[in-house]
Amino acid sequence: MALIAFYLMAAVTLVSALMVIMARNPVHSVLWLILAFFSSAGLFVLIGAEFLAMLLVVVYVGAVAVLFLFVVMMLDVDFVELKDGTLRYWPFAMLVGIVFAAEIFMASVLGVRSRPDAFDAAPGADTNAEAIGQVMYTDYLLLFQLAGIVLLIAMIGAIVLTLRHRVDVKRQNIAKQTSRRRADAYELKDPKPGQGI
Amino acid sequence: MSNYIESMGQLWGPLMVLGQIGLFTLVLLLSIAFLLLLDRKVWAGVMMRKGPNVVGPFGLLQSFADFGKFLLKEIVIPAGANKFVFLFAPILTCTLAFAAWAAIPVAPGTVSGTSWVISNLNVGVLYLFAISSLGVYGIIMGGWASNSKYPFLGALRSAAQMVSYEVSIGLVIITVILQAGSMNLADIVNSQEGGFWNWHVLSFQNFPLVVVMLPMFVIFFVSALAETNRPPFDLPEAESELVAGYQVEYGSTPYLLFMLGEYLNIVLMCSMMTILFFGGWHGPIALGDDFTRDHPFLTSFSGLFWFMLKTLFFFFLFAMVKAIVPRYRYDQLMRLGWKIFLPTSLVAVVVVAGYVAYMGVQS
Repeated sequence: MALIAFYLMAAVTLVSALMVIMARNPVHSVLWLILAFFSSAGLFVLIGAEFLAMLLVVVYVGAVAVLFLFVVMMLDVDFVELKDGTLRYWPFAMLVGIVFAAEIFMASVLGVRSRPDAFDAAPGADTNAEAIGQVMYTDYLLLFQLAGIVLLIAMIGAIVLTLRHRVDVKRQNIAKQTSRRRADAYELKDPKPGQGI
Repeated sequence: MSNYIESMGQLWGPLMVLGQIGLFTLVLLLSIAFLLLLDRKVWAGVMMRKGPNVVGPFGLLQSFADFGKFLLKEIVIPAGANKFVFLFAPILTCTLAFAAWAAIPVAPGTVSGTSWVISNLNVGVLYLFAISSLGVYGIIMGGWASNSKYPFLGALRSAAQMVSYEVSIGLVIITVILQAGSMNLADIVNSQEGGFWNWHVLSFQNFPLVVVMLPMFVIFFVSALAETNRPPFDLPEAESELVAGYQVEYGSTPYLLFMLGEYLNIVLMCSMMTILFFGGWHGPIALGDDFTRDHPFLTSFSGLFWFMLKTLFFFFLFAMVKAIVPRYRYDQLMRLGWKIFLPTSLVAVVVVAGYVAYMGVQS
């Protein structure tokens, strides 16, 4: 049962990952990418790492891919022009491909230390979440905090890059709007018939 | 589910699960039909109208008539629309809305320590959070595939809005998880047993935290309104500016699926409020150990009653808000989410975590 589920989800992951680079429409590419994320979350559930699976869905599918989709939908990409340029990069693409293939080979053939069916998703704890929490906040606390600082710097950098002080924009002053009272807004007049105000 | 299969045998286990899912779906769909009517009746009542009152006694069969109408209409696909994505979007919305309900525990089981839930996940809260964060895809895909201006604008608005409010919903959920000490929904409910003063919204057992948890519930409620695109945050479908936003090009069955998914998500949010803050199936006064031991079935059904009553109450609140609050401006929406809710809930997480770390939790 679990084996069938594994092969099904692994096949879906591989096919959708292939479709990410094969699809002609960039929006379709992102949608295939989402399917790939989703089925790899399913693979995480199969090995018992349910916390990781949920985090993958929340972070990558729920937030990152939404922004991808957001950007791709707004872009007006000319596919023919895009296709023309790709052939120039083939040496680089070959290099990246070889490196990845070598890594996968080393990991799967040379570096196998434990059998996958003896995999423990929660070493030294009841659940996957507790195991990750213990490792992250006790053993690797310093690295975890450093990662946080790196992210903070990236965030500040993004703000600095995009912040422009523009003077020609109309701004909303919320305090002013909410402090507006009835007396400031209008007054009642009682015009006599035929005279006007 | 695997325990089920072990205890019931290879054949009966999966069949039992399928039966449970079928029953649950049936009850859910019937409830949605009447909740839709309630929504319209409340809305009409606030406006001093009568609301739907022609089909059946008091209009009770109105939703079924609408259902038939939607099914029998012709499906119109606009020219230039991306056909597959256009039809897939409402199906996705509806499927995800149903999938989320698999983790909701509705009543205590007859054997102590169990509960009426289709899948008792260890990461139930995260599962709900993940599924509800996927809801944005149905809208954004529908808006893009329509190949039309208003739907696209509506989809972009809704993507930004749902991503913004998800953040504060996540942080509010963390405060509850910290107090309950578990991400299992049944455990969260059981950590609130023993009377209404133990519910997380008041949490008198950890007394000073009531100052934090009461505002957290308000933030969760308002964020839930924004997350489900309900008024006053229904900017993605604002009919006065965007006609009907991402739904403009939809009609007949696809529209029905969108609407069904929307209402399923609303009721899901109501049940999440019930579970996280209002004690789930626990009544306001504890039944006592003797009673629960002697009458297991009565306990289960009283639990179901309380769960449904609380969920219904929050649905009523949603309907009232729809009727009496005017729509927000888009900049006000973003300001509320990022400048008010996010810092407040972040501080609340720090306060609750500090309390739990230094004082310990009594539950």
